[in-house]
Amino acid sequence: MSGDGTGGDTGGGGGTLRSGTSGADAVRSGTSGADAVGAGTSGVTRAEYCVIACAEAWRGAGEILASPMGLVPSLGARLARRTFAPDLLLTDGEALLVGPDGTVEGWLPYRQHLALVTGGRRHVMMGASQIDRYGNQNISCVGDWARPRRQLLGVRGAPVNTLNNATSYWIPRHSRRVFVEKVDMVCGVGYDRAAAHPATARFHRLPRVVSDLGVFDFATPDHAMRLASLHPGVTVEQVAEATGFALVVPEEVPYTREPSAEELRLIREVLDPGNARAGEVRG
Amino acid sequence: MSDKTMTAEEAVARLESGMTLGIGGWGSRRKPMALVRALLRTEITDLTVVSYGGPDVGMLAAAGRIRKLVAAFATLDSIPLEPHVRAARERGTFALTEVDEAMFMWGLHAAANRLPFLPVRAGIGSDVMRVNPSLRTVTSPYADGETFVAMPALRLDAAFVHVNRADRLGDGQYLGPDPYFDDLFCEAADTAYVSCERIVDTAELTKEAAPQSLLIKRHVVTGVVEAPNGAHFTSCAPDYGRDEPFQKRYAGTAWPEFAARFLTGDEHAYQAAVRTWREEEA
Repeated sequence: MSGDGTGGDTGGGGGTLRSGTSGADAVRSGTSGADAVGAGTSGVTRAEYCVIACAEAWRGAGEILASPMGLVPSLGARLARRTFAPDLLLTDGEALLVGPDGTVEGWLPYRQHLALVTGGRRHVMMGASQIDRYGNQNISCVGDWARPRRQLLGVRGAPVNTLNNATSYWIPRHSRRVFVEKVDMVCGVGYDRAAAHPATARFHRLPRVVSDLGVFDFATPDHAMRLASLHPGVTVEQVAEATGFALVVPEEVPYTREPSAEELRLIREVLDPGNARAGEVRG
Repeated sequence: MSDKTMTAEEAVARLESGMTLGIGGWGSRRKPMALVRALLRTEITDLTVVSYGGPDVGMLAAAGRIRKLVAAFATLDSIPLEPHVRAARERGTFALTEVDEAMFMWGLHAAANRLPFLPVRAGIGSDVMRVNPSLRTVTSPYADGETFVAMPALRLDAAFVHVNRADRLGDGQYLGPDPYFDDLFCEAADTAYVSCERIVDTAELTKEAAPQSLLIKRHVVTGVVEAPNGAHFTSCAPDYGRDEPFQKRYAGTAWPEFAARFLTGDEHAYQAAVRTWREEEA
């Protein structure tokens, strides 16, 4: 049951968009939107759009733990806390809860972290070596699990995360190797799997997937992945080409919003003055 | 009361091939590496290793001592993938029970509480169920009717943990930011061996640290081993951080070469070989 469709070369979608949508037209209508002006001309880098798109995952989240994994999600979470989500809790990456200036405000060793996960007051943004149209995610291994072609991280906390608290994903290199028709090992539970266990999966929620090309969500009748916004400079065709399954593309696809001047200042001068973000996202 | 101090050699001499061994710490953090090194000097093999995996698992895998691994991951933290575990998995050299981090924790809790299982809302819907066909579910007898994984107890024949301080009776103290799950490993095991940076008098334990740092109680401890730098090359805050250059060397060196240079002698020889290596690299 695994081992097929893993390399990203067999994507059944064949690059086509889901029928009923008009990909190219969607782009044009998208670009006519007010938010689209200045795409690629404002000096905002792709990595900075990615930081904004990650930060937006925590908008309105309230007083919960933000668990960003990876540099760009970390910048996003910290940016969100410094701007529109000031009540977020964040750790130092180990066992301490720390305020924006580094002040220790709490203790969160792994055992308490795992309890916090099941308590649900958390929104994690994980990576994904593979993700499919319903949000099933794999970080365990590629190929047959019994004898993997490539051993990866293992399931880690993906099963407990996805059944207990909001789980988003960050994918720094959008490609058919990652966006696959079928993942080899379901670590993070997707919407189709969750639907089969309605009582147990009552807290299951995958708010968004952010890649270097755009933002995706599952706001469709059957929770198939949908293109929610394109980062300025990216086309629907580019996304479709890099996605191994048929993506739902709305009639109008907006662009990921522009950062405010204050957000740009925070990213560039306060949160990531060394521009490490450019090492994680091309362009 | 009994003095439980022993050498690492005496501790591992009590183990047997085929046992289920739990190893404390987390990833490349506060791992009982001196005990693992002592184990590598024996002929003990065919182990079922239960661990939040790091280089402890990597070394045992590289040396071919593992029959089955029970884990949610194996990582060196600063190096995401444990290279020897990865190689062993890709060669199919040991069996794997791959469970979620929380399932693992509840398995230890079940064992510590002498329960056959504990219900966990993790694993359902994921392929953890597919790759572990022996896992069963349990349905709530109450109105919610929710179905959970019945995570079986991870009962251990023996546990290895490493802490900052201990007394001769087996009271163990951690001084870093995270206890990890070392108390649970000891409580889940029939025999537990606690290595420590320094053995101190019982009264010393609470002189400079609060009593809640006394993680491990002596009633679940079989042996206490004084092993300065005994978590090397993993971190053992606040006594020392991870030895990143050495870990990099470990990860980047073929196992026979690494073992030949660092693991042919006793613990003293290991620490001396590390010092020599560091001087060469400086």
